[in-house]
Amino acid sequence: MAIEDDVLVIGGGLAGIAAAVGAHEQGARVRLVSHKQSTMRQASGLIDLLGYTPDGDGPVVDPFEAIAELPEGHPYERAGLDAVRAGIDMFDDATGEMYAGSHTDKNALVPTHGGAIKPTARYPDSAAPGIASANGDTLFVGFDSMIEFDAPVAADHLAATGVPYETDGVTIEFPGNLRDDAKVTRFAHLLDRDDEVAVDGTTMPVRTALAERVKEHADGHERIGFPAVLGDDHATEVRAELADRLGASVFEVPMGPPSLPGLRLEDRLYEYLHEIGVRVSTGNPIVDVEQVNGEIDRVVGDHTGREVPYKAQQYILATGGLVGKGIDSDREGVYEPVFNCHVPHPADRYDWFEDGAFDDHEFARFGVPVDTELRPIDADDAPEYENLRAAGSVLGGYDFPSEKSGSGVSLATGYAAGELAGDRV
Amino acid sequence: MSDSQQPSDFEPVDVFAETDGMDLRPGSDDCYKCSTCDTNCPVAEVDDDFPGPKFQGPEQWRLKRKDDYDIDDSITDCSNCLRCDTSCPSEVPLSQMHNTARSQYVDNQMSKLSVEYIRNRILSNYRTSAYLASLFPRTATFVMNFGPVRWVMEKGLGIPSERDFPEFATTTFRQWWKQRGGAQVQNPDKRVAYFHGCYSNYNTPEVAKALVHVYEELGYEIMVPEQKCSGTPMFANGMLSDARRHAETNVESLTAAIEDGADIIASCTSCSLALRQEYPELFDIDGIEDVSNHTYDALEYLRIYEDLEAELEGAKVDFPDLAYHAPCHSRNQGLDGQALELIENIDGVMAEDVGDSCSGISGTYGWKTEHYEVSMEIGEEMFEHMEHAEGDVGMTECPTCAMQMEHGTGYEIKHPLEVLEAALVSEE
Ligand SMILES: Cc1cc2nc3c(=O)[nH]c(=O)nc-3n(C[C@H](O)[C@H](O)[C@H](O)COP(=O)(O)OP(=O)(O)OC[C@H]3O[C@@H](n4cnc5c(N)ncnc54)[C@H](O)[C@@H]3O)c2cc1C
Ligand code: SF4
Ligand code: SF4
Repeated sequence: MAIEDDVLVIGGGLAGIAAAVGAHEQGARVRLVSHKQSTMRQASGLIDLLGYTPDGDGPVVDPFEAIAELPEGHPYERAGLDAVRAGIDMFDDATGEMYAGSHTDKNALVPTHGGAIKPTARYPDSAAPGIASANGDTLFVGFDSMIEFDAPVAADHLAATGVPYETDGVTIEFPGNLRDDAKVTRFAHLLDRDDEVAVDGTTMPVRTALAERVKEHADGHERIGFPAVLGDDHATEVRAELADRLGASVFEVPMGPPSLPGLRLEDRLYEYLHEIGVRVSTGNPIVDVEQVNGEIDRVVGDHTGREVPYKAQQYILATGGLVGKGIDSDREGVYEPVFNCHVPHPADRYDWFEDGAFDDHEFARFGVPVDTELRPIDADDAPEYENLRAAGSVLGGYDFPSEKSGSGVSLATGYAAGELAGDRV
Repeated sequence: MSDSQQPSDFEPVDVFAETDGMDLRPGSDDCYKCSTCDTNCPVAEVDDDFPGPKFQGPEQWRLKRKDDYDIDDSITDCSNCLRCDTSCPSEVPLSQMHNTARSQYVDNQMSKLSVEYIRNRILSNYRTSAYLASLFPRTATFVMNFGPVRWVMEKGLGIPSERDFPEFATTTFRQWWKQRGGAQVQNPDKRVAYFHGCYSNYNTPEVAKALVHVYEELGYEIMVPEQKCSGTPMFANGMLSDARRHAETNVESLTAAIEDGADIIASCTSCSLALRQEYPELFDIDGIEDVSNHTYDALEYLRIYEDLEAELEGAKVDFPDLAYHAPCHSRNQGLDGQALELIENIDGVMAEDVGDSCSGISGTYGWKTEHYEVSMEIGEEMFEHMEHAEGDVGMTECPTCAMQMEHGTGYEIKHPLEVLEAALVSEE
């Protein structure tokens, strides 16, 4: 026996989740297996479709228009523009009120923790009041123990981009004398539960105490932005209370890893999978494959040392890129470790990168090439397996950090691969 | 680059000189400081004094290279839930680092005369206490929960008086097994060796009996080899030499069972985790890899080797609706979804997931006065979800999670094997 389903999705990041939903919507019985937690926990929680073109032009105003112009081989071109729409629609359905941006095709400009402005297609509702393209005098509030967000510097940077409103920044001590390296989850938990904290010789609920500290600096500002630690399970409530006490709208500034908006998104999407009835098994990697006549018959999971077979009719590879461990490299070359799919790369290691850190590196585009049905192809452009598709950052041919297309490619190719696979069973 | 930094100068160092020689430094180097582990740590989320797994694991190992660095005493505040281990995308061996560091701390920095040490030894040698208690189960249950005795335990030993000691069974599983004459099914082709662990032997033999009934119904021959504690509470308290003694017995008798053609199954997910993962990480005992490679969780095993869906087709059960909590140690083995999937197939019973938070008790952790409140604060989210769930009976695979669920909500707690028993096994 094996653990048996119609479609098996390998990898539990944005791409894997989108694939599972896509296949499920075609009526297939779907299982998603993922080894570890995905890069969502490290990503900002912003859903970028395309911020800059592969040539570096941008910020792109209408990502859909720009996507239609992408060269052959780019994952968006492989999946097709309709898939991009379908992928993002699926995301909107799954996240509902939690995300903003679906009212327009245009990119929004969201201030980041460095005070830069990022073009992005969907952003957490908690970040919405702060978007740079809307007017309103803005105060950034940083916490002295959280050095990743320097509020005055962020305010200066934002002002330097020429926004037509006042920007100020202030650094305060978070109430309750937290340790210097307190975890982001610690702040969120305190605020979620509105725990009592000690301030100036008395104790009071932490939300009240925080608002009191910010109040002195708040006057005149219509919007007040905090680092993204304002609650986890009760984030909306936390923000509403702070806004009420401060008499201004309150927003979160997306932060670097580890990222609460990323965590909240991951939680929401897994909850969604649960709601629609996708089966999920996490904690064990898929390590091997058994094939029959060019088709995958079953794959093998490693359950803490035990080999456990998983069987399906269709398989989707969504194991991530170099960070997620879907693509690996050693001195000999670059490879895809689960199915050993072909990963084109220069034979000489010294051709993998350029000299300057920000040059156009070959390795940034390393990944699995696919045909227009999203099947990985070998060196002769033939599908590796009839019943295998690939999606997300395991794909080659694009450079998501410089294009700002990470989440968009995962959603589009994931959902499309899922639909195609689900349709075949 | 100065000469001393030349790669050719690289010399492997034994970080903890006194240990059995596992150098975990390469594991430290794998850490790219993404902090995913920190966002998963239930203790760091509620306890401001706890620096978190990234510090406990890779950073402490790096610091340890300097001679004058003692293990930070925050290691005793880690509950050993192993959530960090499950989450690390870079295969940093966090559990191994914690367990080894904790044992170093206990060996070199903790007074053997301190109340904590004595208490931790008593708690981690639960099997001995349980054995003694099982000789007079009713008296023991009464005495352990008797007010004045509890007062002495709290003041003298740091065992929180809020906790109720588990009831001891009047007949242990092993006594029952012997009385019924051992295995009722003989089958050289389908043989399993049951690692029941201490808790289902002394406290919840109904779980162990459910396993026997289900497996026999499906045609398995069950062996119940000699066994000691799996070691889980000992790892968590840094008592590695105690754990090793128990492990030696277990490995010896389980290897013998494997030679007789059996796979090993456990009904407690901390026991299966210990045999599978922690044993080979911590000890070098003949046959230990073999044991690790043949061990399964009892439900997992049936899901792999039986067509449970077909077996359960048409089964009718009368079972209350359940609020299910997946234990951290099942999560670590990738088993957190299995109980719910199984129950989906059974008509007449519904199980609802109460969320992915940790229960907070983590074995002996919540049994210490200094951790009681943290333990309850971690559990709060689970208690709330349980109260919101439809069912008024809880379900989990882990005996200490079950204690915490009961303690926080007053619910009765079942094991998934008991549901399976109700669905598959006809009344005798
Ligand atoms: C630090 C950081 C910041 C980012 N910021 C942004 C941003 O601001 N905006 C944006 O749009 N994008 C951002 N991205 C990119 C975006 O997160 C990714 O492009 C996208 O989410 C990748 O999704 P994925 O599903 O393809 O891969 P991943 O998220 O990497 O998921 C892969 C999953 O597969 C699992 N897996 C791997 N191997 C196996 C196996 N053998 N068996 C089973 N499971 C396996 C892994 O455990 C993992 O869960 C960022 C990425 C990083 C790393
Ligand atoms: S999750 Fe792993 S790699 Fe990330 S900080 Fe923790 S130990 Fe390091
Ligand atoms: S084992 Fe649990 S308590 Fe200990 S550091 Fe890891 S996540 Fe935190």
